[in-house]
Amino acid sequence: MIPINRTMNRRRVLRGMMGGAAISVGLPFLDCFLDTNGTALASGQALPVVFGTWFWGLGLNPGRWEPAKPGKLETMNVELQPLAPFKDKMNVFSGMKAFLDGKPNGVHFSGVQGMLTGTVPRGMLADKPSVDTLIADVIGTRTRFRSLEVACAGNPQHSQSRRNGAVVNPAEVSPAALYTRIFGPEFTDPNAADFKPDPAVIVRRSALSAVADDRASFEKTLGAADRARLDEYFTSLRGLEQQLDLQMEKPAPLAACTVPGKVDETPVGTEIEVVKTNHKLFAALLAHAVACGQTQVINVAFADATSSLRRAGGTQTHHEFSHEEPVDAQLGYQPTLAWFFNEIMGSFAFFLAQLDGIKEGDKTLLDRTTIMTATDLGYAKLHGLENMPMMTVGSGGGRLKTGLHIPAQGEPTSRVGLTLQQAMGVPVSSWGTDSMQTSKTITEIMA
Amino acid sequence: MAYLSKILASAAVAVTIYTGAAVSGVADDKPAGGEVVTRRLSQEQYRQVITDLFGPSIKVGGRFEPDIRRDGLLAMGASQVSVTASGLEEYDKIARNIAAQVVGEAHRDTLIPCKPANAKAADDACAGQFLAETGKMLYRRPLTQDELQSRVKVANDAAVGLKDFYSGLGISLATMLESPKFLFRQEIAETDPDHAGQFRMDAYSKASQLSFFLWDAAPDPELLAAAEHGDLNSDSGLAKQVDRMIASPRIQGGVRAFFTDMLGFDEFETLAKDSMIFPKYSTKVAKDAQEQTLRTITDLLVTQKGDYRDIFTTRKTFITPLLASVYNVPFVAPAGGWAPYEFPAGDSRAGIVSQVSFVALHSHPGRSSPTLRGKAVREVLLCQKVPTPPANVNFTLVQDTKNPQYKTARARLGAHATDPTCAGCHKIMDPIGLGLEAFDSGGSLRSSENGDTIDTHGELDGMKFTDAAGLAQAVHDDPAAPSCVVSRISSYGLGRLPGKGEADWVKTLQAGFKDDGYKFPALLRRIATSPEFYRIAPPQTGALDAPSKLASQAP
Repeated sequence: MIPINRTMNRRRVLRGMMGGAAISVGLPFLDCFLDTNGTALASGQALPVVFGTWFWGLGLNPGRWEPAKPGKLETMNVELQPLAPFKDKMNVFSGMKAFLDGKPNGVHFSGVQGMLTGTVPRGMLADKPSVDTLIADVIGTRTRFRSLEVACAGNPQHSQSRRNGAVVNPAEVSPAALYTRIFGPEFTDPNAADFKPDPAVIVRRSALSAVADDRASFEKTLGAADRARLDEYFTSLRGLEQQLDLQMEKPAPLAACTVPGKVDETPVGTEIEVVKTNHKLFAALLAHAVACGQTQVINVAFADATSSLRRAGGTQTHHEFSHEEPVDAQLGYQPTLAWFFNEIMGSFAFFLAQLDGIKEGDKTLLDRTTIMTATDLGYAKLHGLENMPMMTVGSGGGRLKTGLHIPAQGEPTSRVGLTLQQAMGVPVSSWGTDSMQTSKTITEIMA
Repeated sequence: MAYLSKILASAAVAVTIYTGAAVSGVADDKPAGGEVVTRRLSQEQYRQVITDLFGPSIKVGGRFEPDIRRDGLLAMGASQVSVTASGLEEYDKIARNIAAQVVGEAHRDTLIPCKPANAKAADDACAGQFLAETGKMLYRRPLTQDELQSRVKVANDAAVGLKDFYSGLGISLATMLESPKFLFRQEIAETDPDHAGQFRMDAYSKASQLSFFLWDAAPDPELLAAAEHGDLNSDSGLAKQVDRMIASPRIQGGVRAFFTDMLGFDEFETLAKDSMIFPKYSTKVAKDAQEQTLRTITDLLVTQKGDYRDIFTTRKTFITPLLASVYNVPFVAPAGGWAPYEFPAGDSRAGIVSQVSFVALHSHPGRSSPTLRGKAVREVLLCQKVPTPPANVNFTLVQDTKNPQYKTARARLGAHATDPTCAGCHKIMDPIGLGLEAFDSGGSLRSSENGDTIDTHGELDGMKFTDAAGLAQAVHDDPAAPSCVVSRISSYGLGRLPGKGEADWVKTLQAGFKDDGYKFPALLRRIATSPEFYRIAPPQTGALDAPSKLASQAP
């Protein structure tokens, strides 16, 4: 662990790491600073890697998203058509499943937990951290925000980012609030000509050590479970101290960083046009936040797992359609569901375009990013956990090969999570529980 | 400095925990109590503490970390949540905002009990006085010497750094507001001198247990004084405080907090209704609807001292002009505000289950749901768990039928019920919810759906009825209803499910509730005066450090 009681800045962190001071950081992490494929910072260091998740509910219509052939992604199947512009930068995994091992299928829950935490819980309570928090603990500790979470359908609890069962990173539901949080008065523009640390920040930073000192006397009377909760609190406190540390140092300039225009309050809800509008605002803000070095981990929940998206004036939600709409005898699939999936994948493409639209030298922000998609089901109509659609987009600064379709024959979805953790520098060789436990990375995509 | 020493001496508190070796058995046959719980303050509790301490003119702005529901209650989720990075970021903003108001020019003269010798410099004595008094209310116990010294030092250092006494004091106050000692309610155990080998909460933990239970607020100065003097450790001293608190108008806040939690009103925060289908529904209607139900309940239970079961049948309620429009009834009252209203005898609106807050909350965004409503009656009001639906729900029957256009919910569900894998569970939910079909998803009355007349016949465990008023009577007469509220409120107070050793206690409370004619304040009194409510299980050997006193907290 980096000592937190001293002032840190990027240069010092990098110096410390090069000197071997940060011994808990796995070797792959160093790659991000040495990677010659990425565009370097002014100091000569490569721009850091970025990780994200993009979640939607109800999977896709079976048979309509899997690429026709293994290997190079040539043409996209119909429900992934909106993502065609990114086919060279992404991978599609088919045939992955969640194994229940005799545990009851917690509908709209077991599948996404398996995918994101590597564990299918016995009941409806998760107890393992999600892959993004494991990665954020490695790559996100030196940014103002360890991670940023957004939920586009109005409920902060749609967040799938969890540090453990009861500690879920709440998602921002208002783009205007996210704007203020990132680009409000506490934002330091890395490209500003002058930098003057605010004396109030220095005083606050020092005052926070009194809160840190509360730990010892508070902890004495706690049981083991409560101590773990308190650990979470103090991890969060370190994050807050980190934010203030960063505000006291002039940040390294980031050529691609521009401050977006102010975002006004927008309506929130589950009506799909409202969700899409908020998602667009969020996508632009997150891309700018990453380009400005504010975070390296972003998590988007387009909707909840039990997808409550609906069309204006419609009496049924996306979820209700998934169960109640007949499979059209001629078409062979559920047409209304296909309509929703097209909207959702179109939104995902918009999100990717925001990252890809930020140029960093001859590359884009998306090129140093890896976005992992997540969903809860393979076949929503029957709550099926077979053949769950999975994708990654972006090579993470050259850590992953892209443009591939990897078909699997009923392999655990946790293989993708393990592969991405290793690519992002998490020192883990095996991940997951019961049949979701795996030590097999997807070597085909490892660069 | 002399002044500060005096404060420090009076602030010091000795906390005895787990004296001596861990005990494996208990000396008598009383229930052994549960484990210690540590609860995060809810948003409402946080706000209440600030209002009680600094008055309503200090605004609490910001987004609080969401609470989570466990075993039917947010109060139990509070024992499991922590504070995430973004949650603490928000607590930090909220704390600094409150502190800035408190030390700001508009409030400092009324809220800070002393003046610094020099407003541009540090002042030990004044900072110490303010922080000791404020800290006691925030931490719900006097500060230890170390705690006070540390916060005075923060205030002094910041005053020097910013060349302003008040800014420094504000920064120190903010660090108290974001300390886990404020944000989490911690239970401290001590040996129980009256029952050898048993443990109970210490007096200050008792005060918090009592106050959050009855008022959903931190202990007031009188209760803290009773704790300090040891009054809460005697039956009569405890009863005196309980009676005082139940007699206070603030009991309404506590009763409202409990029913807000039990009825799941937090879900209104994200409840969606299609504005094209339900043009009358709005977030204002949702707010009024919750308030209507809470007023109905507190009026009946607290003001009228009525029978708990009558909340399911009473036609007496309170409405606003907006609600009058949803209910399609006249509003006769002074302009704006709330007015009492009584639905006429025979009306289908009877009790809280027929109110907008219930029928709208347990519906889909675009249509009603007898299933969701039936499930809510069972799970929320009767504490009966409905099994989760089978994962591989098969809708083949619905699909294969030549005419899939079932016009009413009853017809749609009828198709379901012919499938044996679905029928088992739907049978225990749908016949209840069908009684509420005369109310649409927005809560308005209707007589037909898609042109077909709505039939509101239904059944609750053999009690047949023809409409919502009949369902209301069936819930009223179901012995599970009062038993449910007893077990819910005991879990709510404890912050956890009662343990095996406490089952008898809950049974006794349920029997007592019946003997009391289902009077709710009497139930609160029974719980709040029970030794079981404050008992803590003996520590497992080796599970905890077991110093007899905390060195850092000794005077």
